[in-house]
Amino acid sequence: MDIIEIQNVLKTYGSQVAVNRLCLKIPKGKIFGLLGPNGAGKTSLIRMITAITRPDEGRILFDGQPLNSAHPERIGYMPEERGLYKKMKVGEMLLYLAQLKGMKKEAAQKSLDEWFAKFDITGWKDKKVEELSKGQQQKVQFISTVLHGPDLLILDEPFSGLDPVNSNLLKEEILQLHRQGVTILFSTHRMEQVEEMCDEIVLINKGTNILDGPVKNIKQRFKENIFEVEYEGELPSGFFDRCLDVRASEGRAVFRLSEGQTSNGVVRALLDSGVRLVGFREILPSMNDIFIRLVAEDSHA
Amino acid sequence: MHKLWLIIQREYLTRVQKRSFILTTLLSPVAFVFFIVAVGFIMSAGREKLRLLVVDDNRFYLHKNLADAEYIDFELDTVSALETLKSSYREKGFDGVLYLPKFQAGTDFFLRQATIDYQCLSDKSLGQASLDDLETRLAEYLRDVKISLSGYDKSIVDKFSTRVSVREQNLRKADSASSIEGMLLGGVMGTLIYLVIFIYGSMVMRSVMEEKNNRIMEVMVSSVRPFQLMMGKIIGVGAVGLTQFLIWAILLPVLYFLALLLVGGQLMEAQQNMPTTGPEVDPATVEAMVSDVSEALGRINYPLRIVQFILFFLGGYVLYASLFAALGAAMGDDQNDSQALTLPVTLPVLLSFYIGISVLSNPNSSMALWASLFPLFSPIVMTARLGFDPPWWQLVLSVVLLYASCVFFVWFSGRIYRVGVLMYGKKVTFKELWKWLWYRD
Repeated sequence: MDIIEIQNVLKTYGSQVAVNRLCLKIPKGKIFGLLGPNGAGKTSLIRMITAITRPDEGRILFDGQPLNSAHPERIGYMPEERGLYKKMKVGEMLLYLAQLKGMKKEAAQKSLDEWFAKFDITGWKDKKVEELSKGQQQKVQFISTVLHGPDLLILDEPFSGLDPVNSNLLKEEILQLHRQGVTILFSTHRMEQVEEMCDEIVLINKGTNILDGPVKNIKQRFKENIFEVEYEGELPSGFFDRCLDVRASEGRAVFRLSEGQTSNGVVRALLDSGVRLVGFREILPSMNDIFIRLVAEDSHA
Repeated sequence: MHKLWLIIQREYLTRVQKRSFILTTLLSPVAFVFFIVAVGFIMSAGREKLRLLVVDDNRFYLHKNLADAEYIDFELDTVSALETLKSSYREKGFDGVLYLPKFQAGTDFFLRQATIDYQCLSDKSLGQASLDDLETRLAEYLRDVKISLSGYDKSIVDKFSTRVSVREQNLRKADSASSIEGMLLGGVMGTLIYLVIFIYGSMVMRSVMEEKNNRIMEVMVSSVRPFQLMMGKIIGVGAVGLTQFLIWAILLPVLYFLALLLVGGQLMEAQQNMPTTGPEVDPATVEAMVSDVSEALGRINYPLRIVQFILFFLGGYVLYASLFAALGAAMGDDQNDSQALTLPVTLPVLLSFYIGISVLSNPNSSMALWASLFPLFSPIVMTARLGFDPPWWQLVLSVVLLYASCVFFVWFSGRIYRVGVLMYGKKVTFKELWKWLWYRD
């Protein structure tokens, strides 16, 4: 079951095409990465999913129904540019934002108390937002995004500006929500985070979906038959002559299999050569490599 | 609807609870009353008395004494020569010497003389106000001298003077709307609406800009429609304005009477002095004016005027506040860049204020008619005319046009607002704004 299904969506601003007939499915309960270079249409897409704007053509389904004005109450959205009412008291502001998401005041108060206890920040309730440090404000921002218990959490560059400790704290919270069944749509430029956290991704360029699917499958799809071998002893000279792009150093070599070769064949040859095999593994391309390669190809096309 | 109510509540409460709001609301009437009292004191106590030595070679004083004026004491010197006085007047404690040289041509010539030049000799500048007083006083003095020299009795001559006042009587209306009533009422109400539009309109604008630059906007519009957000702000800030007026309406009279009690006599005196420029406006005239004013105030049909005022107040506020909201949404982080954008909104307000002023003295001119029907002007111009009892058909037409335009401008501003609040870092032109109108959501 998909929480979001985007069907052939077109969005233009004047003569500028922001999202160009894009199709995409975001499965329930996954951590889903939304990737793409700057100006690819990510923000335009997010704004349509959060019902801030409407597609010119095509449609968006939320939980199987066409997106309507009640759905934003089930979405929590943290924009890249953070913003809070600086002059308001933390508690008051969070209650206000939760009520605007359709929560009853009592329920919002209860949820607020839980989150405050969780982050151990009960003392902030009567402080003004502007009295908090930047990191503290980020915490408040995160609470404002999840306070109403959304089914879909949209996080735009959630880790930017966070120190490693807070970054880790936030990651734990996201994973915790993920375990509770919340779908997380996660837009970022930090590919190591994508590899670490995302189950599935979509890569957008110039408003179109150029790649989507589970991270594992994508890596398999883009593998280039590159292997790394570690060994002890001396290899017979010319051993790697049949391989490509060989980078060898003392006891270690990275190479690409040439046409017709198999990894099993190489291992067998290695064993036969008499060296002691310490390690042998396939090197899959990083999301970073795939991103750069696809965007470059797409831009040239 | 519930969310709109939440937004209105927040916009209202955060403002009303602010220390600065409480302070300005409570202190401005105090400051206002203090200002009036201070002006009164300055007007009454600001001028020092001038002491002048008078050398009268004609010896007119034999017929008539030169009585002291309000700010000038005269003392006749019949002994010393002018030349010695020129150097010694200061030692005697005077500010100058007033010299009335002898008419060589004789009394008959003097009686026919319509203009006479005199000299007041002093080391320092006496100031225009003192010279004016001096001229007036001397004119009276010479008039009395002439009456006496011609052999008439002054009390009889005085009987020929009559004080005249002309009052307007409107034939169309049973309860006559006089000019003074219209001026007072129209002036006060028109100015109020002008202030409301500027103060609270720009409050709406600044707050929209703040939300936009603060980036809370994106969070907000993912929860509520931009239109709700805009309307919530307009209504909330409007309610703040009404609250402030209500408090002032209660506080001002209370403080005024308190001040009257405290400095009573002096203040009254000061106020009577305020409109006078010289003794030619005598206390009786001032009294007549004051009684005219209070009479006019008593004649005003308050319930009717207040209802009419509120109609135009609300229409004008909503119309301009929505435009200011659109401005705030369209403006970027750089306010200077966007100054040109505000002009089309502030210009009509300023224009209508000046038209309003001219309408006060010409309430039935054709400009008054057209300007009080044109929706961008009518909130100020029509309220300025209210005191003059404009015909009902004009009032109804003006209100209908105003509210129809309100609907249009709220729609128009809403279209710009929804696009503007999500646009960053772009310098906005009018062409761009036009395009925004037609963007789909």
